[in-house]
Amino acid sequence: MTRTDLVVSAPVGIVRQKAGWDDWVMRAGLVVLGLYLAITIVLPLWSMLSKSLEDHSGAFVGLANYSAYASNPVLVRSILNSLTVAGVTTAITLALAFVYAYGLTRSRMPGRGLFRAVAMIPLLAPSLLPAISLIYLFGNQGVIRDWLMGWSVYGPIGIVMGEVFYTFPHALMILTTALAVADQRLYEAADCLGATRFRRFMTVTLPGARYGLVSAGFVVFTLVMTDFGVPKVIGGSYDVLATDVYKQVVGQQNFQMGAVVSAVLLIPAILAFAVDRIIQRRQVSQLGGRAVSFRPSAEPLRDWTLFAVCAAVALVLLAMLGMAGFASLVKFWPYNLELGLRHYSFDLMDGGGWGSYWNSLKMASWTAVIGTAVIFTGAWMIEKSRGAGPLRTACHLLAMLPMAVPGLVLGLAYIFFFNPAGNPLSFLYGTLAILVMNSIAHFYTVSHLTAVTALKQIDPEFESVSASLKIPAYTTFLRVTVPVCLPAILGISIYLFINAMTTVSGVVFLYSPDTTLASIAVLNMDDAGDIAPAAAMAMMIVYTSAAVKLIHATATGGLLRVTQRWRAR
Amino acid sequence: MTDAEPYLRLERITKSFGPFQALKDVSLEIFRGEFVCFLGPSGCGKTTLLRAIAGLDVQTSGRIEQGGRDVSDLPASARDFGIVFQSYALFPNLTVARNVGYGLESRKIPRDERTRRVADLLELVGLPDAGPKFPGQLSGGQQQRVALARALAIGPGLLLLDEPLSALDARVRQRLRTEIVRLHRRLGVTTIMVTHDQEEALTMADRIVVMNQGGIEQVGTPLTIYRHPASRFVADFIGHMNFIPALTAGPGRVRVGALELETGELDDLPPGTPVTLGVRPEDIQVRDIGGHAANVFSAHVGELEFLGGIWRAALTERSMGAGPALELRADLSSNAVRDLDVARGAELMVAVPPERIRVFVQGASP
Ligand SMILES: Nc1ncnc2c1ncn2[C@@H]1O[C@H](COP(=O)(O)OP(=O)(O)OP(=O)(O)O)[C@@H](O)[C@H]1O
Ligand SMILES: [Mg+2]
Repeated sequence: MTRTDLVVSAPVGIVRQKAGWDDWVMRAGLVVLGLYLAITIVLPLWSMLSKSLEDHSGAFVGLANYSAYASNPVLVRSILNSLTVAGVTTAITLALAFVYAYGLTRSRMPGRGLFRAVAMIPLLAPSLLPAISLIYLFGNQGVIRDWLMGWSVYGPIGIVMGEVFYTFPHALMILTTALAVADQRLYEAADCLGATRFRRFMTVTLPGARYGLVSAGFVVFTLVMTDFGVPKVIGGSYDVLATDVYKQVVGQQNFQMGAVVSAVLLIPAILAFAVDRIIQRRQVSQLGGRAVSFRPSAEPLRDWTLFAVCAAVALVLLAMLGMAGFASLVKFWPYNLELGLRHYSFDLMDGGGWGSYWNSLKMASWTAVIGTAVIFTGAWMIEKSRGAGPLRTACHLLAMLPMAVPGLVLGLAYIFFFNPAGNPLSFLYGTLAILVMNSIAHFYTVSHLTAVTALKQIDPEFESVSASLKIPAYTTFLRVTVPVCLPAILGISIYLFINAMTTVSGVVFLYSPDTTLASIAVLNMDDAGDIAPAAAMAMMIVYTSAAVKLIHATATGGLLRVTQRWRAR
Repeated sequence: MTDAEPYLRLERITKSFGPFQALKDVSLEIFRGEFVCFLGPSGCGKTTLLRAIAGLDVQTSGRIEQGGRDVSDLPASARDFGIVFQSYALFPNLTVARNVGYGLESRKIPRDERTRRVADLLELVGLPDAGPKFPGQLSGGQQQRVALARALAIGPGLLLLDEPLSALDARVRQRLRTEIVRLHRRLGVTTIMVTHDQEEALTMADRIVVMNQGGIEQVGTPLTIYRHPASRFVADFIGHMNFIPALTAGPGRVRVGALELETGELDDLPPGTPVTLGVRPEDIQVRDIGGHAANVFSAHVGELEFLGGIWRAALTERSMGAGPALELRADLSSNAVRDLDVARGAELMVAVPPERIRVFVQGASP
């Protein structure tokens, strides 16, 4: 073989790769996604923030509204109130959820699977439900109102109790994850060093879970700060930020002030979001590749103590749900305890009747179907397209943004953006479509992250292989990526469905007489004093969510069985 | 091989990741039908170069010509290649037959024709019955063959293999090596395989491209690379080699301490230039050392290591006066050890044939 050393005159320029047909398709897709996210998230937020800088006639007034807000003692007291209930709730929820999570992950107590399932119950209900239950338990005609020793449940006490119920599963999920990734080797090392159990707990367990604790703390705090359902029903005259927004907008039609309070509400949410991101990044490194996951050994004393605590918590959760369920069936509380379905005749009440329920079902289904398609395809394009770096980064950031935006704020922002007649999209106002859009945007981030995680777990070279075989990437997406990620896709759709079914805060400003929703009906019936029908409608939401969850579990099980021939590794 | 136009021509390829240069001015020519291995330590840029050739991660600058066509800026889907990844990247939800036929599905090839092609390919890689199975039901070695069949299905002009054997255990790897080479002979498709396993490269390749730190150290046949490593890096990376610091001492002569040695190759270096000598352990002679053989000296036998067919001896030459002793590892045949009574502590006459001494100018490479 001869090799002549050619004197090559190489082009010095930077090579810019031409884009293939499927690259263009994906880029176009990314542009569409970016526009969609801009319209459903960024532009509404923008109009809201600019609204907060305008007066009633729409003239720019700088921070005048903010100073008016700061000099209004009633409104400012709401901040303090919000901080108080959020702080207290966070402390209580964290303590309970930590013990509960510890029991689930670090002990061999019996019934762990059942405990895990029971703890998820609050996710199936709108946050209005615990508040309604509390009225039946501790209200003026409550079964156990004496337990409060004369204190009224209407106010901070009720809010805190309701919020603990509402936030418990959120904290629990984060903490079980944090505790589950413990490294067995650390514990063995601690044992070898003769550490006492208490020291081991202080030096190994707590530090290992500290990121989880901080993260859960921020999540709970933000949920309480921005929740509207519980304080609306049981807050009495105890005003908090979320109810202020509602009162300003719905009660006084003072949109500017509503925008100002919303802007204030954004602060804790954005803070929580930032902290969560930082922590996520740190926690990854905590568990090395060769870590051995923790297997607790049986210790009867510890196991049964934890069992007792967990059982107590689980019973309280069940009791809250059971109370609402029971009250919805009772003929006339507390005088006639005969059971019947009278309160389920929603058509006899205000609030939209059964129509609201069907609307909710429709809205949640559309949210699940469209949302899953948009979010998963979007995540795939962001993850797998080639080139177009800035576009992908921008889309990813937009997808992360909703996490930092409370539902109430997003809902209000939608009014500001879609309502003005000048907006060509204003025809959406008052339709089911805008509710679907809002719900997708509201729950975008978690779904997006689920999709990204699933996509990162499959082989990164599917697209390369299909390029080499001259098969467009989107064909491989449909034929391979989607089937392989089906469990995650179903998970996303169920998450979207249940959240769309239960959300109040996101949609409370956006429904119209034609598009009342079940959760809104609960709110309105409660407002009108029809508490039993409100409880009944809340229970309908719970039954629906639970049924859908069950169907999903069965379907996933069936799917895994059908596909296990290739899923088995 | 002929002097014909190269099939693949890389001209001054560079690739930067931010400030880091993963490929530095790489030029290379590969001829039609060749089996070329990119060999080098981890992180030297082999995969980066392969992916640039495929168009999967385009080079920062430089030109790539394939089959007379400038493909430098074409997307991967517009180039002509088949690729097998270390992970195989088989589609888990499709049967083996559909995996192999995946690239044929869009080509308007009638179904029965497609089925036949797939069957032929599976036959070719020795898996005639695997068609209806799913990839997850196959062993690693079998999956590897499916990936190979899938890449070959579209009849690519260039086959790219990125460490295709590294995820397999030693025995399977051995067998697949032979099979890939056999397949290559049969199909004659120009093949580039990335590996960091020198044995793999030496046994499989027509030519080896030794890479280091983003550049090409040497290109040549396995024998050339082994016999005439162009740099100390290549010598060290492939096989074993003794490195001996020395000073030039006139044409064809070097001085190691008090010892003067004759060397085959030596450019016109002024006397007194520091150089490094490279001698392979198996090139040190202990038998049939004639009276007029060059570079003969007596050495002390230190450790003796039994390696099965051969012994590796640590030899020390002490004539160097005050300087450090000259230490050499030598591979001795079992015969020689027996016949010459080589044992620990013995003295042994050794010769280093001048033509087997490589001279590396110091500072030129690490
Ligand atoms: N996307 C990237 N961003 C930054 N640096 C990269 C990237 N890809 C590769 N590199 C760097 O470029 C260098 C060459 O990488 P490459 O994967 O080509 O090595 P390799 O020779 O294939 O090594 P190995 O044998 O480990 O596969 C490495 O130092 C690597 O860290
Ligand atoms: Mg590599």
